[in-house]
Amino acid sequence: MGLEEKLPSGIVLTSVEKVVNWSRKSSLWPATFGLACCAIEMMATGAGRYDLARFGMEVFRASPRQADLMIVAGRVSQKMAPVVRQIYDQMPEPKWVIAMGVCASSGGMFNNYAIVQGVDHIVPVDIYLPGCPPRPEMLIDAILKLHDKIMEEPLGANLRRRERPDYQPRELVASSVRYTKDGKKAARAGSEA
Amino acid sequence: MASFLDPVKGFGVTFRTMFKPTTTEEYPEYVRPVPPRFHGRHVLNRHPDGLEKCIGCELCAWACPADAIYVEGADNTEDNRMSPGERYASVYQINYLRCIFCGLCIEACPTRSLTMTNEYELADDSRESLIFTKEDLLAPLLPGMEQPPHPMRLGNSDKDYYLGGVSQK
Repeated sequence: MGLEEKLPSGIVLTSVEKVVNWSRKSSLWPATFGLACCAIEMMATGAGRYDLARFGMEVFRASPRQADLMIVAGRVSQKMAPVVRQIYDQMPEPKWVIAMGVCASSGGMFNNYAIVQGVDHIVPVDIYLPGCPPRPEMLIDAILKLHDKIMEEPLGANLRRRERPDYQPRELVASSVRYTKDGKKAARAGSEA
Repeated sequence: MASFLDPVKGFGVTFRTMFKPTTTEEYPEYVRPVPPRFHGRHVLNRHPDGLEKCIGCELCAWACPADAIYVEGADNTEDNRMSPGERYASVYQINYLRCIFCGLCIEACPTRSLTMTNEYELADDSRESLIFTKEDLLAPLLPGMEQPPHPMRLGNSDKDYYLGGVSQK
């Protein structure tokens, strides 16, 4: 993409890679892309109670040119499929896709001729998120897992890292296991009961 | 005069909001418990001696509106007993990319083998890993339970498990 692709692998490239990945994951801008009921939960996630702004991504861009994350929220009909693909193509690299809900992930309960059986038939999907619709916590969990994936994305010469025989992709850990502060969790649960 | 103060009033609203309690849930750091009957990931329960409750009847698969469940039954034998009674599920899969968490499978289950947990953090990056097999779904062995296959410890027939000495948990 830029100069960083020309760097030889070593300490410099690894440091640059960390900074680049950190900046990429810290301000993912999702494209406004609600197709069905999942979009309601996606809006709830963006609103005050769940507040996606905490992860630097409250701005749902109305134009794909300014977005780098596509949250496909809802069932994709055969007629909508070329539109989805076009929006994906219009987004600048690097870009990521979350298939939100079972309909986007696999067609869900709509196993019929009108619905695309999984949005991965038309665009590459990074995270599949089950649920019908997934609650906002589930979407935040999927986004945090995507952040985790972005953080280990190799850059330039480091791309060869993935070809090594001992390469292990990082395991995705549930966000509550990864981030929850135990003492305060109990206190809060007690105060609400 | 009112028109002169109107823009300032807007800032007043912003200022007052600073003293109101926040409603934001700080999800990954503080997880608020979901209601106890929340429909989350499934679990296949066990009898108190460790035998599986699932009898491989496929009623859950028939009830499923999304065709997310696949069950293959097999016969219990004296040397290979996984559940009390005649049959057990040799293959049990739930495709979480189809499952809509409606709970019809739970209602259909005649032995209360299939129930739901409150766990919901299921997102993953491949389709294969979201098809949960029996190993992923089976409840862990609690103290006092024994890994099947083993003979029936709590009675002479499956009726004893359902009617008599075994507590229905």
